[in-house]
Amino acid sequence: MNLITIAFFFFAALTIVLGAVVVFSRNIMYSAFSLLFTFFGVAALYVLLSADFLAITQIMIYIGGILILIIFGVMLTTRITGVDVKSGTSGKFQIGLAGVLSMLIAAALIFVFITTKWYLADSAEVVKTADQIGNELLTNYLLAFEAASMLLLIAIVGAAFIARKK
Amino acid sequence: MEIGLIHYLIISGILFSLGIFGIITRKHAVMVLMGLELVLNAANINFIAFAKFGGMNIEGHIAAIFVIILAAAEAAVALAIVLNIYQNFKHVNVDEVDKLKG
Repeated sequence: MNLITIAFFFFAALTIVLGAVVVFSRNIMYSAFSLLFTFFGVAALYVLLSADFLAITQIMIYIGGILILIIFGVMLTTRITGVDVKSGTSGKFQIGLAGVLSMLIAAALIFVFITTKWYLADSAEVVKTADQIGNELLTNYLLAFEAASMLLLIAIVGAAFIARKK
Repeated sequence: MEIGLIHYLIISGILFSLGIFGIITRKHAVMVLMGLELVLNAANINFIAFAKFGGMNIEGHIAAIFVIILAAAEAAVALAIVLNIYQNFKHVNVDEVDKLKG
């Protein structure tokens, strides 16, 4: 076992276990903080997949942006000081049904992943990806890039419009 | 033991089904949103894994970046809607929010 393998299994276990804590925890603040470490684990997996720009983007946008938004949402919609931080779940029967359903989904996905003969390219040597991504975004994907910028602007205006006090 | 494509795909499969389980079972709207983020992250892991092992190269990274952009926009709008629901109903349980105008 070399170092890459050990690092992979460590971060894979971190991602899966804390992802499970996100879903199964009764306290919604525990879920939010577990989500932080899940995002960190995914960013580390990106690094192991030699996607340096994506790892930084993951940390900056998911952890610095989306997670902060989610924690704000938790604090504004639950009474932190009271006992009401719990997030309710459905009844026992629904939980059992949902568990069976998601286990089926996981089993089907993993079965397909293992049995399919994937096309494997020759592994290219590791290069830094930021300048390649910039070139692609401003040449081949220029329209999608501009559309994404318009979408973000509209989302900001719409969010401010929806959330304002009447 | 060499870490290959399959390992990353299995991680993303497990993460995806965890997210689906969270979306189905939790009542709190913010928890549903967290399950959604897990699902999107699972999809992103697949994109990057195929970018490295399947010869997708930089196109996989571009797709993952657009997924992250859409996730950011979706989180902002969804949180605004959740705050609005809280103002009207004093709770955010998604299965009890059933009035269009009230």
